[in-house]
Amino acid sequence: MSELAIELQGIDKSFGLVHANRNINLKVRKGTIHGIIGENGAGKSTLMSILYGFYQADHGDILVDGRKADIRDPNAAIAAGIGMVHQHFMLVENFTVLENIMLGAEESQILNAGITKARAELKRLEKEYALEVDPDAVIEELPVGIQQRVEILKALYRRADILILDEPTGVLTPAEADHLFRILEQLKAEGKTVLLITHKLREIMAITDEVSVMRRGEMVATRTTKETSVEELAELMVGRRVLLRVEKGEAKPADVKLSVKNLTVRDSRGVTMVDDVSFDIRAGEIVGIAGVAGNGQSELLEAISGIRRAKSGTVLLNGKPIDVTGHADPAELRKRGLAHVPEDRHHVGLVLKFEESENAILGYHDDPKYRKGMLLDIDAIRADAEEKIAAYDIRPPNPRLKTANFSGGNQQKIVLAREMERDPDVLVIGQPTRGVDVGAIEFIHRRIIEMRDQGKAVLLVSVELDEIRALSDRILVMFAGRVVGERTPDASEGELGLLMAGVEGRKEAAE
Amino acid sequence: MSVPHAKLPGWAEYGLIPLVNLAVAFLISGLVVLIVGESPLEAAYHMINGAFGRGEYIGFTLYYTTTFIFTGLAVAVAFHCGLFNIGGEGQAYIGGIGVALACLSFDHTLPWYLVFPIAILGAAFFGALWALIPGWLLARRGSHIVITTIMFNFIAASLMNYLLNKVFKPLGSMSLETRTFDAGGQLPKLDWLMSIFGLSVGTAPFNISFLLALLAAFGVWVLIWRTRLGYEMRTMGHSPAAARYAGIKEAKIIVITMMISGGLAGMMALNPIMGEQFRMQLDFVQGAGFVGIAVALMGRSHPAGIIPAALLFGMLYQGGAEISFEMPSISRDMIVIIQGLVILFAGALEHMFRPAITRLVLGLSPKTRNVAATKGA
Amino acid sequence: MDFFQVFIELAQSTVRLSTPLILAALAGLFTERAGVFDIGLEGKMLGAAFAAGCVAYISQSVMMGLFAAVLVSVLLSLVHGYASITQRGSQIVSGVAINFVVAGSTVILGEAWFRQGGRTPALTEDGRFGRITLPFADAVREVPILGPLYSGLLSGHSPLTYLAFLMVPASWWILYRTRFGLRLRAVGENPGAVDTAGISVIWLRYRAVICCGILCGIAGAYLSLAANAGFTKGMTAGKGYIALAALIFAKWRPKNILFACLLFGFLDAFAIRYQGYAFPLIGRVPVQFMQALPYILTVILLAGFIGKAIPPKAGGVPYVKER
Repeated sequence: MSELAIELQGIDKSFGLVHANRNINLKVRKGTIHGIIGENGAGKSTLMSILYGFYQADHGDILVDGRKADIRDPNAAIAAGIGMVHQHFMLVENFTVLENIMLGAEESQILNAGITKARAELKRLEKEYALEVDPDAVIEELPVGIQQRVEILKALYRRADILILDEPTGVLTPAEADHLFRILEQLKAEGKTVLLITHKLREIMAITDEVSVMRRGEMVATRTTKETSVEELAELMVGRRVLLRVEKGEAKPADVKLSVKNLTVRDSRGVTMVDDVSFDIRAGEIVGIAGVAGNGQSELLEAISGIRRAKSGTVLLNGKPIDVTGHADPAELRKRGLAHVPEDRHHVGLVLKFEESENAILGYHDDPKYRKGMLLDIDAIRADAEEKIAAYDIRPPNPRLKTANFSGGNQQKIVLAREMERDPDVLVIGQPTRGVDVGAIEFIHRRIIEMRDQGKAVLLVSVELDEIRALSDRILVMFAGRVVGERTPDASEGELGLLMAGVEGRKEAAE
Repeated sequence: MSVPHAKLPGWAEYGLIPLVNLAVAFLISGLVVLIVGESPLEAAYHMINGAFGRGEYIGFTLYYTTTFIFTGLAVAVAFHCGLFNIGGEGQAYIGGIGVALACLSFDHTLPWYLVFPIAILGAAFFGALWALIPGWLLARRGSHIVITTIMFNFIAASLMNYLLNKVFKPLGSMSLETRTFDAGGQLPKLDWLMSIFGLSVGTAPFNISFLLALLAAFGVWVLIWRTRLGYEMRTMGHSPAAARYAGIKEAKIIVITMMISGGLAGMMALNPIMGEQFRMQLDFVQGAGFVGIAVALMGRSHPAGIIPAALLFGMLYQGGAEISFEMPSISRDMIVIIQGLVILFAGALEHMFRPAITRLVLGLSPKTRNVAATKGA
Repeated sequence: MDFFQVFIELAQSTVRLSTPLILAALAGLFTERAGVFDIGLEGKMLGAAFAAGCVAYISQSVMMGLFAAVLVSVLLSLVHGYASITQRGSQIVSGVAINFVVAGSTVILGEAWFRQGGRTPALTEDGRFGRITLPFADAVREVPILGPLYSGLLSGHSPLTYLAFLMVPASWWILYRTRFGLRLRAVGENPGAVDTAGISVIWLRYRAVICCGILCGIAGAYLSLAANAGFTKGMTAGKGYIALAALIFAKWRPKNILFACLLFGFLDAFAIRYQGYAFPLIGRVPVQFMQALPYILTVILLAGFIGKAIPPKAGGVPYVKER
C-alpha cells in the first residue's frame, strides 16, 4: 500500500504579484484518504486546480502513478484518472443529471447511442457506491447534497481513480456530510484515492488517513492522522500558537435593544433558511451566533438589516418594530441606530472601484453633514474619511486611493470605521475577520469589545468558532435555520460542536 | 484576479490607449478608401479642410458637435448606472415632439428666448418619457434594457411616421414634416462667438443650443460626481449588492437615470429642429443617437472626454460631407464605417492593445514600473 | 376576391417574408444559446446580401453568390467572436459596431464598384434562385381546397425558403440530439461546467458563432438572390432586429422560433396587403402600427406579461476562469 497515486515535486505558481504556491512537494499514497488543510487563502484550491489542469504551474512536476504527467488542461487530468468535485459545483442547472454526467464524455457525435450506455453505467455506479440519484431529475430541483453526489458520479463516470474534493462540506448539512463521508469510505474500500481539501480540523480527524498542512502558499507538514492531534494541526495551520483570548471585563447587560420574535426567512428558491428564530440582545452584551456556514446565519443578518425580506415574524429595534416582512429600508434602519458590517465586504460592504472616502460614507451618504446645498461636500467627506483613517489606523492613509488597492484587513477597517463611528445602538457584524491578517484581527476584536463596553448591543455572526467563543457573552447555536441551543462562552468546543452538528440540539428542542 | 492589468499612468490610460484605438480605426478606414481606389491622404486632407478650413465649416462642425454632445452624454449617464441605453435614437426622435409642440404653439406669439426654455422642457420631457418605459420595465419587471431600448427605437420610428403623417403635417402638404416655424421657433446663430475668433459663421447652423450642450456637459459632471443622486447611480453601476446594502432604492434610481438619459437624448432635437431646419422632418435624428454610443465610449463616459469625442465626430460628419463633394466615390456613408470602427476599437476591443502598450510604457520608464509594483503589493 | 384565395395569397407572402427571419433567428439561436449575445444579426445579413449580390453578378452563378454571402457573414461573425470571446469585450458594443461598419461599407463599396446608387446590378435568372415547383403542382391546382394549398402555398418557393423551414427541425436536432448541441447549450448556461469537463469553452463558442454566420449568410443571400434581383442599399431594413425580437419572443427555442417568425412575417404581409384598408368595426389600422407590432409584442413579452423569457444564464458574459 505504499505505492504513490500522486506525487508533486516543486510546484510553484504566482498570479501577478501573489505567490499562491511555493515549491510544493506532496506524496499521496494509493487507496488512502489524504486531507489537505489550511486556512482560507493558504493556496489549497490553487494547488488542486493545478493538479486538475485548470491552471498550469510555473515550475514543478506532477507524477501520477509514478509516471510524470503533463497535465495541461482538465482533459489531460481526466485522462490521467483524476476527477474533481469543485467547491462551487460545475453543473448545468437546467440540464438533467444524465446530461450533466455525459457532458464531455458523450462517446459519439449523436447523443442517443451514448445515452443508453450512460444509463447502464450510472446504474452500476449507483449500486457499487450507494449513490442513488434519479438520472432524469433536473439539477436545479435537487438539494445541494444530491447535486454534490452528481459531481462525484461525474468523476466516477470518467473512470477517475483519484478524486479531489474541494471544501465539500461547506454547503452540506451535518447529515449530508456524514453521508458524504460514508461514500468516501466506500470509495477508499474500492481502491480509489481521495484528496480532501478543507479548513475544518474535525473532518480531517474523522476521515483521513494522512494529512498535509498548507500555510501561506507553502506545504508545511504531512502527518499520519492517527499520530497527530487537533492542537498540533491547528498550530501548523496558523504558524504559531495563537491564544484567541481577548481581554474583556464582565458584561453589564441593560435594556433590550434588539428583539427578534419568530423570524422566518426563505431564500430566492423558497427554501426556509431561518426557521422561527427568537432572541433578545441587550445593551452592553455581545451575542454570538455559532453554526456551520449555510445554516441560516447569513439570511438572519440580512433580514434584520433590511436587505432581505422575511417571510414572517417581528423584529423590534429599540422597542419599535422593523418592517422585516415588508419594505424595511436599510437607510432608515441606520438612522434608527442599527449599524451593519456585512459578511461580504467585497461585494456588499464596499464598492471596490470607489475612492476610500466614497466608501467611508456608503449608506450614510444622505447625511446633511456631507452636503453643501444640493451638492455633496467633497471636502467634508474627505476630512471625515481622514479622521476615520487616523482613528482606525487604515493604511495607506490616503482617502483618495481606490478601495481595491487596500489589503483585506484595511478594507475591513474601512467598513468598521464607517459603521462604528456612528454611535449606533445595535451593531450587527458578520464574519468580522474573514480574510483579515493577524494584526488586524486583534484590533478588530478590541473594537468590538469596546463597542460592547460603551453600551451597544452587538450581534456577531462568525463561522470561526474560536472567534465566537472569545468575543461573545452569550452564544446561540444555529442549525438548519433554527436556534438549537444557548450556551455561555465557557461551554466546551465539543459541546458547541455537537450542537452545531445538530446532534444535541434535536434532543434539546424535543424536550 | 486573473492576469492583472498593471496600472498605467493616467496619460497612457486616458490619452494613449484611446488614441491608439482611434488610430487603428482610422487606419482601417484608410484601407477602405484605398480599396475604393482613392488616396487616403487626400481624403484626410479634405476631411480636415472640410471640417476646419473656413469659419463656415467650423460652424457646421460645431453644429454636429452639439448634437453629439447631447447623445453622448445620454449614453454616458446610463453607463454610470450600469445601464446600456441603446435607445438614444428613439428618445431623441420622440423628444422632437416636445420641441415641435412648443414651437408650433408659440412661435407666432413669443420671442425665441421664451420659446427656447419651453422647447427645452418639452424635448427633455418627451425624451425622458420614452426612456421611462424601458427603465420602468427593467426596474419592475426585469426586462433587459438593451433589447427594450432597441425595440423602442423602432416603435418610435413608426410612431413618428404616423404622427408626422396624421398630426403634424399641414393640410395639403406632401412631405412628412411640420410647417416652417416663425421667428419664435428659430434659434439665433452664434455668429458673435465665431467673430471673437475673427471667423464668420456663414450659412452654418451653429446656434445657441451649443452653449446649452456645454452647460449640459457641466451639469452631468456635477450630477455624477457631486450629487447624492450621482453617488447612488455610480454605486448601483459598480455593485448592485452594495447599493441594496446602502439602502439605495434600485428601482427608483434606474427609472430616474433612464429619464435623465432620455431627457438628454431628447434635447438633441433642439439643435436640428430649432437651430437648422426650423421644422420637424421625418428622420431628423439621422443616427445621432447611435453616434452617442461611440462618443460615450471614446470619451470614457466623462464629460471632459465626451466633448472632444463629440468634436471628433462633428469633424467626421462635416469633413465627411466635404470629402463626398470632392471625391464622389466616397459618400458620407464613410463616416458610418469610421463610427463603427471607433465603436469596435474603443469599445469592444478596448483591451486589445493594452498588454502591448503596458509593456511599452512600463518598460520604457522604470520609475513607473516601480510605482506600479508597490501599488499592487 | 374570395376569402380562400386571399388566405392563400396572404399565407404565401407570410412564408416568403418569414424566410429571412427564420434563418436569422436560428442564427441568433446558435450563438445566444452558447452564451454570446448578438445584436449584429442585421449587419451580418446586410453584408451577406451585398456579397451575394456582387459575386452572383460577376460570376453569373447563384451558388457562388451564396458561397460569398456565407463567407462574408462568417468572417463578420469571427470578428464578433474575436471581440467578445477572445478579447472579452462587450458583446453588445461589438454587435453595434459590426452593424455600422457593414451599413457604411456596403454602400461605399457598392457605389465604387458598380456606380448605381449603392445597388448591385440587377441579376439575370442565372444569378438568382429560381422557384421550385413541386411535382404535380400544376396538375392538382384545380382540386378544391387542397389544390391551391399545395400548388399555391407549398409549391413555388425559392430553395432557400424550403431550406429555412427544414433548418428549424434540423436546428432542434443539432441542439438537443447531438454532442455539439449538448455542449453548446451547456456553455451558454455554465461555461465552468464545460471547462472542467475538459472541453474548450473558447473553441466551442467560436463554433457556435460560425454556425450563426452560416445561417445569417444564407438569410442575406435570400434577400438579394431570391426575394430580390440584386442588392439594394440597407435592404435588410431592420429584419435582423425583428429576427432578434423573434428569438426572444420564442424564448430561445427552435420550435417557437418558427411560430414567432411566421407571426412577425404575417404581420408584415398583412400590413402590406391591407395598407389603408378600412376594416369593419376597427376602421383603418395605421400601417405604422402594424410595422411596430412585432417590437411591441416583444416588449410585452419581455415585461413578463405573457410568460417569461429567460435568456441563457451565461449569456452576455465573457468567460473568465475563476480563482
